[in-house]
Amino acid sequence: MELTPLLEWNALPLAIVLSSFVPGVAIMFLREEQARLRNTLNMAGAVAKVALVGLMLQGVAGGASYEWALEVLPGLSLTLRGDALALLFVTLSAVLWLVTTLYAIAYLEGSQNRRRFFAFFSLCVTATTGIAMAGDLFTFVFFYEALTWATYPLVVHKGTPEAIRAGRAYLFYTLGAGAILVVGAVWFQVEAGTVQFAPGGVVDAAAVAAAPVVWAFIFAFLLIGMGVKSALFPIHGWLPTAMVAPAPVSALLHAVAVVKAGAFGVTRLLHSLFGIEVAWEMGAAAVVAAIAAFTIVYASVRALAQNDLKKVLAFSTVSQLSYIALGVALLDPLAHAGGLVHLVHQGIMKITLFFCAGLIAQTLGVKKISQMGGVARRMPLTMAAFTVGALGMIGLPPVAGFLSKWYLGLGALGAGQPWVIGVLLASSLLNAAYFLPILKTAYFDDPDPSWATGERVPRTRWEADWRMVVPALTTAAFSLAAGLLAASSWSPLGWALFIIERGVL
Amino acid sequence: MTGAELWTTAVVFGPLLASLVALGGRAWTLRAGLALGSATALAGSFGLWVEVTREGPVRHLLGGWGAPLGIELWADGFSVVMLAVTAVVGAAVSLYSTSYFGDLSQLDAEKSPAGRAARYFAPLWLLLWSALNGIYLSADLFNLYVTLEILGLAAAALVTLAVTPKATVAGMRYLIVSLVGSMLFLLGVALLYTEVGTLSLEELAAADLSGSMAAGSLALMTVGMAAKTALFPLHGWLPPAHAGAPAPASALLSAVVVKGSFFILVRLWFAVYGGGSDGGLLLMGGLGAAAILWGSVLALRQRSLKRVIAYSTVAQLGYLFIMFPLLAPEGLSLAGSGEGSAGWSNDAWTGGILLALSHALAKAAMFMAAGNMTYAVAKDALRDISGVAHRLPMSFLAFGLGGLSLAGLPPSAGFVGKWLLLREALAARGWFWVAVITAGGLLTIAYVLMVLRHALDREASSGEFRPVPKRMEWAALLLALAAATLGVRATETFQILLQGGVQPWS
Repeated sequence: MELTPLLEWNALPLAIVLSSFVPGVAIMFLREEQARLRNTLNMAGAVAKVALVGLMLQGVAGGASYEWALEVLPGLSLTLRGDALALLFVTLSAVLWLVTTLYAIAYLEGSQNRRRFFAFFSLCVTATTGIAMAGDLFTFVFFYEALTWATYPLVVHKGTPEAIRAGRAYLFYTLGAGAILVVGAVWFQVEAGTVQFAPGGVVDAAAVAAAPVVWAFIFAFLLIGMGVKSALFPIHGWLPTAMVAPAPVSALLHAVAVVKAGAFGVTRLLHSLFGIEVAWEMGAAAVVAAIAAFTIVYASVRALAQNDLKKVLAFSTVSQLSYIALGVALLDPLAHAGGLVHLVHQGIMKITLFFCAGLIAQTLGVKKISQMGGVARRMPLTMAAFTVGALGMIGLPPVAGFLSKWYLGLGALGAGQPWVIGVLLASSLLNAAYFLPILKTAYFDDPDPSWATGERVPRTRWEADWRMVVPALTTAAFSLAAGLLAASSWSPLGWALFIIERGVL
Repeated sequence: MTGAELWTTAVVFGPLLASLVALGGRAWTLRAGLALGSATALAGSFGLWVEVTREGPVRHLLGGWGAPLGIELWADGFSVVMLAVTAVVGAAVSLYSTSYFGDLSQLDAEKSPAGRAARYFAPLWLLLWSALNGIYLSADLFNLYVTLEILGLAAAALVTLAVTPKATVAGMRYLIVSLVGSMLFLLGVALLYTEVGTLSLEELAAADLSGSMAAGSLALMTVGMAAKTALFPLHGWLPPAHAGAPAPASALLSAVVVKGSFFILVRLWFAVYGGGSDGGLLLMGGLGAAAILWGSVLALRQRSLKRVIAYSTVAQLGYLFIMFPLLAPEGLSLAGSGEGSAGWSNDAWTGGILLALSHALAKAAMFMAAGNMTYAVAKDALRDISGVAHRLPMSFLAFGLGGLSLAGLPPSAGFVGKWLLLREALAARGWFWVAVITAGGLLTIAYVLMVLRHALDREASSGEFRPVPKRMEWAALLLALAAATLGVRATETFQILLQGGVQPWS
């Protein structure tokens, strides 16, 4: 990539964070009925964020780096760094935020408390971009904990007893683990003398050998903190419960932003703090790989038993997230590439599936798989998008999911861990076992009487509100493009390989 | 007059003068008094902040008379941050009070309880403010005693402004505790004077205080001050008093008044007695830990909004005492098994004081926000505020942001303070303190959330809803935002706290 950076401006990471923070805060001070101004602010922020991220992508590809810091205390700063690894996650969240904002405006039209919803939605995205660009552990924890509380009002948005219960479960898991994470982070600083993220890690192998128990505890604390959002077994329980939230929340936060923050944290833990070699020497990476492998299979089995469409997708998310943890925990660059690229691939595929689930629920009132008979005839575009996502999850080419699995498999062989192939195969079979019946029901069964007789929304030129159909089609197209154009250096895979080559992991 | 002389004079005598102005009894004198007090306190503490950051601790001999005859004012970093946080909280509460007590031009209704509260809040509070600033600038025990006494009397009077029978009883109880506390303090001072023959803190710091007489004196003064700070198990008087007082008074009592006696305790234990004894420090830390757990559990069991916040004060004050054992050199071998810092721990010091500042800002914001909610529905039970979030979003936001700071979640001064305190505890391998600090944070979240859940309830309370003046909502939100801001930029505070540090006279 021979490029000259268009913009070398060290406050660019800050600008990217602020592009969602400012609209979020402004929305809080609007009146509930100022919908047009609210939507304008929201879309303007989302477009600005994508544009700024585009500038940063171009700059980093051209060799620039961006770093902005604010000293909070002597020796502790809020540091935002725009490098290749950060960009992988930032680009994902920025683009999907834009798409989801359009979707959410349509989805929530006419419902209550939209001011609160959109304000906190923007704050969540702010925290996610902060996590992605955090240059050190302090900054990471700062935004990670902020993301925890900012998501709560969205989980309980509907205000029903069920939503309140889900909110309590969510906080119980995430704040509990968050407290452990803070202790782990401070302890890390005490023992390592730094909180910086650096490629290859900052922990001295000799120090670990001298005090293995202390370091094992620190690693465990940090892993619990990151693992809860990454929904690693056995601390995944909050995620399926949290599906009571409105569809845009499930789509962006519980398929992409929040859970990826956890997966990204596991990556940072293994690569930027401990360093993958040290993590293997102390046995920690092997533990992560084993937990991840178990979670992949376990969650897939649980998904089989669900009838609620969103619950299936949630357990599928639990399973797929562990691909990332598994990939980055193996001692092989191709596995790392597979794990990293899955961060993006899983995001665009799963958000497509959630968009479709929300469309079907909103348009036909169908939430259960058993009622999905004939949905494809009524909503062909939606089901087409859904099919792309589902096939990608199973790992069929040319959808993006295939590439993730391919690289994970290659990496597993390279790392001398052939058992991983078995896990990948088992998982693909299980994925097929719960996704194919859904497709079969939707395409080949007769229209289910539960929706066929009394449709909720009168049919328009589009099969549903276009502002919800277009986002689903867009992300489905992304999923296909990421697979078909994988050889391009601008594809997610190209970028993941660029990260590995650059040695910024 | 040098800068330091000007600023120290301003912060002590400005509010005192303002108090006299406010006694004028007209609406405009009340407003003028509050404005004058706020302006002098803010300007003075800001000026001192600049001065002390640049020059280190400063001294002002009033009228040029030195000890033992004259009065000396003395400020180090610790004094300045306490002055500054009192000024910020005080100015916001002063602003709040001008709306809270209703139309001040109706003061001729002097016979009515509401009229009396409106009339006497400002003079009492300004007098209290002057006394509190006097404590922070005192260089000798006699000054401390006098200012402490004024503080206690004015504070108890503020509680009784609520003129409910409950508040009157609570105010009387507070007065008695306060007087007993001062008496114990005075007794300790007398003992110490017989032993050493000086009242100057600086000379006491240099004197040999290892004798049993000196130790007894410290014990007496500590019990007295602990009672006034409501340190567990001497906290019983606090919840009824803080919950019963009018909202602006509650905010002041919980946020800044209890910090006055806390300040004296820290000065005595560390600056004068050089850390006391290991056993004593551990005892203080242990009581702090008990306060955190017990206060939080009781906060969870309350059914009235202001009592939840009042019990939260009992709990949060505990954190300030956890600082005691963690401050000790080598992390106090008893407090843990590790090495900790070699000298006085900067982490424990700045972390502990940051938590005190964070609590002052956040708790004042929360009491004012709660005041707005009860102002609107005219009731105080948790179930009566249901749905109030939809009508008072700014107050709700202020309460939530304040809650974040108490719980130590970012962005907040509480997060930064806890990070520092935890760093010292972990370096010292003080697992017990680590566990208490962490558990306290989680319990805090639980009771803050309990309030938020009621306020968020869909089923809005059916009763009447009185519109809340915007000024009252802004005052609460501004303080909550200040707590959040201190959480992203605490460097200046950290550095000024090292001016003088734990032991300014050694």
